[in-house]
Amino acid sequence: MALLQITEPGESTAPHEHRLAVGIDLGTTNSLVATVRSGQAVVLSDEMGRSLLPSVVRYGNDGHVDVGFEAQARQSLDPRNTIVSVKRFMGRGRRDIAHVESMPYDFVDAEGMVKLRTAQGVKSPVEVSADILGNLRVRAEASLGGALTGAVITVPAYFDDAQRQATKDAARLAGLNVLRLLNEPTAAAIAYGLDNGAEGIYAVYDLGGGTFDISILKLAKGIFQVLATGGDSALGGDDFDHRVFCWIIEAAKLSPVSPHDARLLQTRAREAKEYLTVHGEAPISARLASGEFVDVKLTSEIFTEITKTLVQKTLGPTRKALRDAGLSAEDVKGVVMVGGATRMPQVQKAVGEYFGREPLNNLDPDKVVALGAAIQANLLAGNRAAGDDWLLLDVIPLSLGIETMGGLTEKIIPRNSTIPVARAQDFTTFKDGQTAMALHVVQGERELVSDCRSLARFELRGIPPMVAGAARIRVTFQVDADGLLSATAREQTTGHEARIEVKPSYGLTDDEVAAMLKDGFSHATDDAFRRALREAQVEAQRLIEAVQSALKDDAHLLSILERAHVDACIAKLQAVMMGDDRRAIDAAMDALNKGTGEFAARRMNQSVQRALSGKKIEELES
Amino acid sequence: MDFNQDYFALFGLPRRQALDELALEGHYRDIQARVHPDKHAHLADVDRRLAMQWASRVNEAYLVLKSPLKRAEYLLRLLGHDPQIEHNTAMPPDFLMRQMELREAVAEARQGGDADALDHMHRQMAKEMKAQHEALAATLDQRNDHARGAELVRQLMFQEKLLHEIDNALETIEA
Repeated sequence: MALLQITEPGESTAPHEHRLAVGIDLGTTNSLVATVRSGQAVVLSDEMGRSLLPSVVRYGNDGHVDVGFEAQARQSLDPRNTIVSVKRFMGRGRRDIAHVESMPYDFVDAEGMVKLRTAQGVKSPVEVSADILGNLRVRAEASLGGALTGAVITVPAYFDDAQRQATKDAARLAGLNVLRLLNEPTAAAIAYGLDNGAEGIYAVYDLGGGTFDISILKLAKGIFQVLATGGDSALGGDDFDHRVFCWIIEAAKLSPVSPHDARLLQTRAREAKEYLTVHGEAPISARLASGEFVDVKLTSEIFTEITKTLVQKTLGPTRKALRDAGLSAEDVKGVVMVGGATRMPQVQKAVGEYFGREPLNNLDPDKVVALGAAIQANLLAGNRAAGDDWLLLDVIPLSLGIETMGGLTEKIIPRNSTIPVARAQDFTTFKDGQTAMALHVVQGERELVSDCRSLARFELRGIPPMVAGAARIRVTFQVDADGLLSATAREQTTGHEARIEVKPSYGLTDDEVAAMLKDGFSHATDDAFRRALREAQVEAQRLIEAVQSALKDDAHLLSILERAHVDACIAKLQAVMMGDDRRAIDAAMDALNKGTGEFAARRMNQSVQRALSGKKIEELES
Repeated sequence: MDFNQDYFALFGLPRRQALDELALEGHYRDIQARVHPDKHAHLADVDRRLAMQWASRVNEAYLVLKSPLKRAEYLLRLLGHDPQIEHNTAMPPDFLMRQMELREAVAEARQGGDADALDHMHRQMAKEMKAQHEALAATLDQRNDHARGAELVRQLMFQEKLLHEIDNALETIEA
């Protein structure tokens, strides 16, 4: 379908200015990259025509890093250095990880997040994920023929702040400009909804390799509104494999197996699971390094039986999400199935029975998330075409709060709040003359702090001494559109302030990311420099275009003096942007940003007034 | 952004407890469609920051106006009447009695794992709250009785807490 494209004011009109943007589904088992090309969302394949990239990274003894199929092919030969399902470790400590004992890795328990000791040194899950993302970035840039403006990275809706932050860090480490972190079920809903012109209440049941999400959405008049979400960030197809693996050990009466044999049997278990999707029984055979020979048959009855509790475990969050949305199963018009694990017949059956309707399977469950992310990325990059005026309203999955006396949690932002969201609450001192306050930010639904996830600790010092209970400390939480939290505390009488971007305890600071990036490019320092410079130049060009376009539409909002100042800032940036002084470019961009702050505020006010006056965008701008 | 503008004015709605839900919904969507960060992601930092602040405020305003309890509390404060949610716990005896009975029934159903009973209570509670919402609108909009309105707000808060408890019990049973 060749539609003529009409851009909105504020966006570039020249066709060659189409910005390269991608959506990346960073999955537990497989990852994909997609883009919008000539108005169509498409998955980008590698040079061999394969769209899926196994989320497997091998750190070889020879210093070589294999990603994807190459790593997967060697996983049972080199289990310790071949990292699979790294997503399960993102933002997680050792004690958070299930089946840790049957994993072949050499874990290093770092604060906040585990690390893995490999032939190439200790790697954090963030670095491993960055290697996967970097591979997809290279694939996309080769396929699209240029540097990417940015990427939308998907995360499980039920990911907490630490897991989201870890994902964003990984993307930055891979040299990607993150346009947005997008919830996987929401991405699927976009792809499904836009494709089918769906309206009404929809549920997205997303059972991936390692995570389960359920989201309830209302689709109406171009708005995708997530009403509630729930899930389990440690439940997925991997767990079904594990049940089969345990069953094989029992059925074949095996003694404890070596890491090598364990990996082999896990692979056999996964193959058997996939085979049972279309067959009644699966033969499983393997010769182990121990000399033992495994030869057993798994029937679909036994498979259903041994995984029954796993399937049941998905229905609890489903009920909860429906109740949070104030709805019941009958209200749901369609259930969109996402994630490779939803191919299992027993999952299809259980979901169908719960909702009383056949689940929707007309999308490729492996690709739909990446496609939805690509559509969102295209929009966020500013490649808006006619008919692209839809909007997404998402929520945070877990409540955010502060620890109060006695180790209790005071919730500040409840789960399923629409983001972005800002909320403030006042606290006070406990002792006479107290001059400092330790604030502990937590996420979760439980009353006791010890049952919630600790996100960050920070201190407000310099409170003037007062009697207990007299000080007014206002704690403000701001959650952005990525679902990431920043917190501030401010003493109300003095205005004394402490501010923190909530970095999970393992904390990658901007400097650390920069240092890691530099390490990664240590053999190609010039490349790194040129890349950074080019990014700054592209960014500067974007900024100038954005401001000029705003001036074209709304110059009347500025006085002559103000206009002159903005023009001067633009001229200054134009003067330095083609040089190679990165700092000068950054400084000039900063100045232009500051110089247009008030202008931006007035434009936003004007826009809201127009929304209220009931006029449609087209009427105003024609 | 004009932080002095109240939530009713923000959505161009009259300052009343009775609410045209469709108008609220429509205006919320229209404004959000303009201020949401996704509409400004390709713009300068300052635009993106402003978009986040605007969208956060619009979300908060929508949440407050959509909930009859939060709306009434907000409206009373706007009208200069503190509903004294935290301090004033005086309730009519029959209301308190009924709340206590219900609370016991919830505890009993929770212990007995009786999801059906809880489900029934959820529906019953929702019905009672709906009646309370209507009474609240009549009291505030037609009779301008702020003191009585504040009393109804405090009762409604009890009812919401109870509903929450019922839902929590259901969750516990289902887990």
